[in-house]
Amino acid sequence: MTDFDVAAIRAQFPILRQEVNGHPLVYLDNAATTQKPESVINAIADYYRFDNSNVHRGAHALSDRATEKFEAARQKLAEFVNASSREQILWTRGTTEGVNLVAASWGASSLQAGDRVLVSAMEHHSNIVPWQMVAARVGATVEPIPVDALGCIDVEALAAMLDERVKMVAVGHVSNALGSINPIQAITTMVHDVGARVFIDAAQSVAHWPLDVQALDCDFLAFSAHKMFGPTGMGVLYGKRELLEAMPPYQGGGEMIESVSFAGTLYNKLPYKFEAGTPNIAGAIGLGAAVDFLQGLDRQAADAHEKALLAEAEAALQSLGGFRLVGRAREKVAVMSFVSDFAHPQDIGMILDQQGIAVRTGNHCAQPIMDQYGLPGTVRASFSLYNTADDISRLMAGLEKAKMFLA
Amino acid sequence: MTQFGTDVTSDDIIETLGFFDGWEERYKYIIDLGKELPPMDAAGKTEQNLVRGCQSQVWLVTREEGGKLYFTADSDAFIVKGLLAVVLAAYNGKSPAEVSAFDIDGYFEALNLLKHLSSTRGNGLKAMVQRIQAEASAR
Ligand SMILES: Cc1ncc(COP(=O)(O)O)c(C=O)c1O
Repeated sequence: MTDFDVAAIRAQFPILRQEVNGHPLVYLDNAATTQKPESVINAIADYYRFDNSNVHRGAHALSDRATEKFEAARQKLAEFVNASSREQILWTRGTTEGVNLVAASWGASSLQAGDRVLVSAMEHHSNIVPWQMVAARVGATVEPIPVDALGCIDVEALAAMLDERVKMVAVGHVSNALGSINPIQAITTMVHDVGARVFIDAAQSVAHWPLDVQALDCDFLAFSAHKMFGPTGMGVLYGKRELLEAMPPYQGGGEMIESVSFAGTLYNKLPYKFEAGTPNIAGAIGLGAAVDFLQGLDRQAADAHEKALLAEAEAALQSLGGFRLVGRAREKVAVMSFVSDFAHPQDIGMILDQQGIAVRTGNHCAQPIMDQYGLPGTVRASFSLYNTADDISRLMAGLEKAKMFLA
Repeated sequence: MTQFGTDVTSDDIIETLGFFDGWEERYKYIIDLGKELPPMDAAGKTEQNLVRGCQSQVWLVTREEGGKLYFTADSDAFIVKGLLAVVLAAYNGKSPAEVSAFDIDGYFEALNLLKHLSSTRGNGLKAMVQRIQAEASAR
């Protein structure tokens, strides 16, 4: 293990100090959602306690204050992903809404019959279904980019698929089901060479290392606040300015208009054109606090800590016997997906739950890759920076017990 | 194999589970009940008999004989299979009216297993109970 001060980090997460089923909680479902530090909880509570008001309505002090904090959060997020302007940071409900927005707005206006949209075979359903919906409407197709037995995108197969009919390639930065880190930089370059656009689902990478949308040169990138220590119901969609400018609005309503009349309505400028209705103000402020939390860390040390946990857990699992790792990409985040040769993943999850250990079991909303591997699902232990070597010992003891019960 | 509903009734299960203090004994017992469940042959495992749960697969076959309902059920997960045995002990060999009248929530509450009946558990148990109830009320 590194000298990363995990005890000091843990102390900032009140939820971790509880017992579940009579045991101290071991939370290993971080890929589903991370827990929230005190600073994020306080930022949200303080907003409601002191500043709550509708934004961009002016006219009084509270509204000014709320607007200022809300827009400061946007600026913070722009810097966080190195976007060239704050207008390119659109607030969403999460990754899912980010994909739906681009599919519905960019997709419906840019895709035509016969066009192709490529997604990897290990995408989360939220980066498949919105594309299928728009493709069905315009007569385009959605095709899977092959993923190999280790859980890596077959980049050569992608190269062979690319032609001038491909208009969009939507890939996850990191697979939530397997933990694989995809070579999105290389993919983006290849895709741009045929004039297509790239959408990056960064839901599973954003918590792990700094993102730089300009260096990646992606056309769109989306993530969820709740997977990076922020609140649920909040997310970010980044887009290249010229694309966002050209895209039609996604939803209509207040905030997104410049002027409304029955003769014709003028839409607001970026980013408001895409933000109809009263936004999730507390969510934006909470997300801003989550960014502050992350920026306050030594992120390299945090990443090294998580990677050390993964290495330790994978080695321990393999020495237990009876379990098999699923997803063996060389580049992985701290996600350990596995199956057993003696029971269904759900059985194992239930036995772990009885011992106060939270993992995810199932297909992880990535049914195509589970089908490809012929699995009903996996058990997934996903580690975050507040997890410890002790959590791994507890997990292994829990799995020993599951084996005793079920094997 | 054990006939659930006759050899082992819901009252038997309530009584036996009442003896155990810890979750380990309780779960062992439930898993063992699942192992006693009469097997379902491959022909029964059709798409039509599949009860859509989120994670494990659950199949249910219903048969009516002399005004009574008989069920065969199976799952690819051990604990769920045990819970199916618990459910069948309550429903097997009862008339449609008796099935409809049975207080399944109260039964699971008495067993301290109510959380498994919640639809959020994704184990397909809730969906199976709903299907049994629908089969009963359709007759
Ligand atoms: C890779 C990936 N994409 C998309 C999503 C969807 O995120 P959300 O449900 O926050 O919109 C998730 C979350 O489970 C994910 O892991």
